Amino acid sequence: MDIFGIPTAALFGQLMVGLINGAFYAMLSLGLAVIFGLLNIINFTHGAQYTMGAFCGWWLLEQLGVGYWWSLLIAPIAVGVTGVVIERAMLSRLYKLDHLYGLLLTFGLALIIQGVFTNYYGSSGQPYRLPEEFSGAYNLGFMFLPKYRAWVLLASAIVCFATWFVIERTKLGSYLRAATENPALVQAFGINVPRMITLTYGFGVALAALAGVMAAPIYQVSPQMGANLIIVVFAVVVIGGMGSIMGAIVTGFALGLIEGLTKVFYPEASNTVIFVIMVLVLMLKPAGLFGRER
Amino acid sequence: MPEGGTGGIQGRDSSAAPLLQVRGLNAWYGESHILHGIDFDVYGGEVVTLLGRNGAGKTTTLRSIMGIVPRREGSVLFEGVETTRLPSNRIARRGIAYCPEERGIFSSLNVYENLTLPPVVREGGLSVEKVFELFANLKERRTSQGTKLSGGEQQMLAIGRILRTGARLLLLDEPTEGLAPVIVQQIGRTLAELKREGFTILLVEQNFRFAATVADRHYVVEHGRVIDMIPNDQLDANMDKLRVYLGV
Repeated sequence: MDIFGIPTAALFGQLMVGLINGAFYAMLSLGLAVIFGLLNIINFTHGAQYTMGAFCGWWLLEQLGVGYWWSLLIAPIAVGVTGVVIERAMLSRLYKLDHLYGLLLTFGLALIIQGVFTNYYGSSGQPYRLPEEFSGAYNLGFMFLPKYRAWVLLASAIVCFATWFVIERTKLGSYLRAATENPALVQAFGINVPRMITLTYGFGVALAALAGVMAAPIYQVSPQMGANLIIVVFAVVVIGGMGSIMGAIVTGFALGLIEGLTKVFYPEASNTVIFVIMVLVLMLKPAGLFGRER
Repeated sequence: MPEGGTGGIQGRDSSAAPLLQVRGLNAWYGESHILHGIDFDVYGGEVVTLLGRNGAGKTTTLRSIMGIVPRREGSVLFEGVETTRLPSNRIARRGIAYCPEERGIFSSLNVYENLTLPPVVREGGLSVEKVFELFANLKERRTSQGTKLSGGEQQMLAIGRILRTGARLLLLDEPTEGLAPVIVQQIGRTLAELKREGFTILLVEQNFRFAATVADRHYVVEHGRVIDMIPNDQLDANMDKLRVYLGV
């Protein structure tokens, strides 16, 4: 059966690829949005931290025989701890300066981290063996859905929703939202805001690392994997609006789908469609589709 | 010389130590030296106001006590403990609560979340139900976005949320500013009720007629110094002097 002249299986297959990409866009832009909301810093290191998560998972498997499921827990914590160290030792000194300095610092760190990994692992990717449980696919009739892809979709949806829920619907989230608006007043109520900032940065970083582990079986684990992805993620964040959690999630998935659709019907544009949309949004609604004026 | 300045408080039992004792408080915003040695006392259960013209340093004094100015020096003893080296969250945890002039209601929180945001730092704070009894409008609007409330309602929310914390010393910065007379009266009644419950209140007010309805003593601040202290029962007798101080 064909839709618009494209075989159904091919169409849905490509949409699936787009949706998976969108899942990673969503998780990464969510982490960026959370960090930017509270710290007012654009975390350029995000892509490198995603790469670190993937390498951590790969290293755990290859060197220690520690499997995928444990890596999902260990890698985010390990990389999250490095994030805490970065914030305490370096980023926190820059808060009193122009936000540009935070951006420059995280940019520099990204280059250093990527450089170190490239030095050891070169430009080629390492494969990550898929856990046994995930071999095979579900037959949905109109397409085959590989089991691991299904898991990625489910897990990313859960992670995104859980993050949104904590921020928008819980007491802890209300501290975060209030501190985003007026950190001095929140601290004057008795809350240790500097510690909250540190942990928030650590959380955003851990989220990037989690995405990295989940990405390892799909994309190759290479030092450049973060850099390739982060440019697109920034465009996603600009389109969705930096301040909005739900905006980051929805925009991430949606743009992945749009990218997938473009690949089916007009493949030449698939690399650039997101950036075209970004330019349009910047011209028409600079705060982003879900953004609030700061 | 300040009349009845820091030590000679007429009619007070000065054997009891003050709840708040401020000596030689200096404060800066960057290069601007705003407070040049503030001295005053507040005793437990009192309502004390800081009067003075715009720019005298009244708000800066409250902010310095709370620890939210960039740089401060001097001595602020609260319950006998020096607080000038503490960060503001530790000062809050010791039992001081601050209601800023701009009220500081968070727009990304609803009324209930705004109300319950400040953590309870001591026992003896009002429960949420009790705050809603005190301010009935807030109960009706509990799920509204915080900043959708009227000015008067936001002021009540700003006062209400610090009552929950159990803090015994309340720093209120111009609670009646820009509010309709009927709301001002309601706030006056609320402060009187709080005083009966044993709260200690340090109030910054431009409206000294309102201040006279609630306060025990008034300190006059000018150019970052305390220049006079007037007990409330002597306010009328000192009206001419007060008018000169406040430039009205």
